[in-house]
Amino acid sequence: MNPAPLVALVGNPNAGKSALFNALTGARQKVGNYPGVTVERKSGRMALDDGRPIEMLDLPGTYSLDPSSPDEAVTRDVLIGTQEGERRPDVLIVVVDATNLDNHLRFALQLVALGLPTIVALNMIDMAERDGTDIDVARLSAELGVPVIPTVAVRKRGLDALKDAIGRASAGGGRTLLSPTVPGADLTALQRRSRQIAAAATVQRPLQRAFTEKFDRVALHPVAGPILLAVMMFVMFQAVFSWSQAPIDWLAEAQSWLATTATNTLPDNFLRDFLVEGIINGVGMVVAFLPQILVLFAFILVLEASGYMVRAAFLMDRLMASVGLSGRAFIPLLSSFACAIPGIMATRSIDDPRDRLTTILIAPLMTCSARLPVYALIIGAFIPAQNVLPGVGLQGLVLFGLYIAGIIGAMAASAVLRRTVTKGGGGGFMMELPRYQLPVVRDIAIGLWQRAFVFLRRAGTVILTVTAVLWLLTSYPKVPIGSSLKQSEYSIAGRIAGVIYPIVRPIGFGRDMALAVIPAMVAREVAVSALQTVYSIDAADDPTQGEKKLAGRLRGAWSLPTALAFLAWFVFAPQCLSTIAVIRRETNGWLWPSFTLAYLFGMAWLAAGATFWTATALGL
Amino acid sequence: MRLDELPSRQASCISAIDWDGLDDKAARRLRELGFDEGVAIETLHRGPIGLDPIAVRVGRMTIALRKAVAAAVTVVPA
Repeated sequence: MNPAPLVALVGNPNAGKSALFNALTGARQKVGNYPGVTVERKSGRMALDDGRPIEMLDLPGTYSLDPSSPDEAVTRDVLIGTQEGERRPDVLIVVVDATNLDNHLRFALQLVALGLPTIVALNMIDMAERDGTDIDVARLSAELGVPVIPTVAVRKRGLDALKDAIGRASAGGGRTLLSPTVPGADLTALQRRSRQIAAAATVQRPLQRAFTEKFDRVALHPVAGPILLAVMMFVMFQAVFSWSQAPIDWLAEAQSWLATTATNTLPDNFLRDFLVEGIINGVGMVVAFLPQILVLFAFILVLEASGYMVRAAFLMDRLMASVGLSGRAFIPLLSSFACAIPGIMATRSIDDPRDRLTTILIAPLMTCSARLPVYALIIGAFIPAQNVLPGVGLQGLVLFGLYIAGIIGAMAASAVLRRTVTKGGGGGFMMELPRYQLPVVRDIAIGLWQRAFVFLRRAGTVILTVTAVLWLLTSYPKVPIGSSLKQSEYSIAGRIAGVIYPIVRPIGFGRDMALAVIPAMVAREVAVSALQTVYSIDAADDPTQGEKKLAGRLRGAWSLPTALAFLAWFVFAPQCLSTIAVIRRETNGWLWPSFTLAYLFGMAWLAAGATFWTATALGL
Repeated sequence: MRLDELPSRQASCISAIDWDGLDDKAARRLRELGFDEGVAIETLHRGPIGLDPIAVRVGRMTIALRKAVAAAVTVVPA
């Protein structure tokens, strides 16, 4: 049987391509990567009304077929059939923004010239009407020589007509043989032709004072704009804590119930200890942070989908320029507050290779959500819950300080890197400010589901394995009766920690911390479950108390300077295997991941040391 | 007048672009974003620091660009 026809969605960024893709395929999507490059491959399945299956491909948004960035190269190669791991599409759907025909038609003309069966989806037609643009669809179709279907992807309008057109186009069968070349593209000539067509097919009433323009008068105002941005960031980080408290409590209750039930029903043996302490408490502590991560991602997805993120880039451009970057770098860096991995992947939109490399190198300094478990534990244990000002708690202030320390560290690193290792170039800043859009709940939900799935899979595999291995290494061999050593020191893990202990002792770390830092190489949040494992193995008592108990134990074991040094360490230390792996993939080699490890561990050691020595000198 | 000196909200038209004075990338980006001789243009917003970058309406799109690049674009009142 022949494979299902492959239908590719192509178009400029901001044409509503992804919304159309989501509307057509729902949640039946697969996200992967093209081999050898770092471009995301998004595909999904849908069925036509007559039941025929269709494979839908969402190609990266690009402005032309000039292969100047990896995204554009992949789009071009797929379209001419030379992309490894992809067959040539049977049908092309060119998504154009009806409010911006002048520019979007130029790319459409380039695509029509490829000779594949093509359909133009005239998206956001409602917005064009609201803007005062009447489009003669039949005329446009005649000028382009391909079917034109008006759609409103976010309201699922026009989808049936589009499916019919796909059905007709894919049934065409015997199509002419196509040569794998891109027709010569003279951008200026294409642009003029596209303006002619747009002028012929549209009747322009005077431009309405749209919402975008009114809102931008505030959002891009030289004074009000930055204030609004600061307020949004503040609300976002507040929400990460306040909105997620209830679900975190539910998860904690569920975890404690599981631990108690297991303790009460299973016989007291090795297996029960392992299940309760290693798995339920170890993994549970990490899963407990899922609500915070989702709230943060929800904010970032909404800011991106609404079009505000680009305004933030506009406001931040000059500031970023002072450390050698551009406003474009702001978007990946802000995403890195949720997780450095999507942040580093988002740097693909930066065209200048040096700007992009610098952004990749400093992205791990943004306080990602995996640090929150560590910060929350240590702050909860050592910083008193009191108010320094009405409504401003000391704990929140310390947390805010840790975020700021990361940002300042990143800016300093960028300023140095741009003058040394990534010197030269400078890609400037030029981007489209698209109209504001009400984010579609379905699109945000799909994005959140994908993040949650990745996080839980990580907790379920990597973190589970590491916790289990650490538990075994910490439990054996058993310390002889009468020995003055603690179990965690006598065990295999304790002996390994003994090797790196001399390195971290000057900065105030104890053996238990050295022990927690090693498995946290895999992922920062493992430090929490590692400490939990170390202390519960030494204490060997009631394992159902979870984090509260652990905080108490830490208070007994660490001095305040030590705790602060531990926090400072985690601001900088590149303890995340997935981040290192993604840097290797994005930079095609081991040079830059090794560099990242070296410079960030150096910074972490110095920062923790400086914190410890200062705090000790101050007599804290 | 150069685009970077154009006062805000003054309907204008691009009369010339110094393509050779721009690096290849910037020139290509400008073309892709619809900059061309004869196109209507208007400055809408200015950045918070040093009034840089600027946001201009070109045709029916709004584009953010730095003043250094805008200096290569010459405009005349529409």
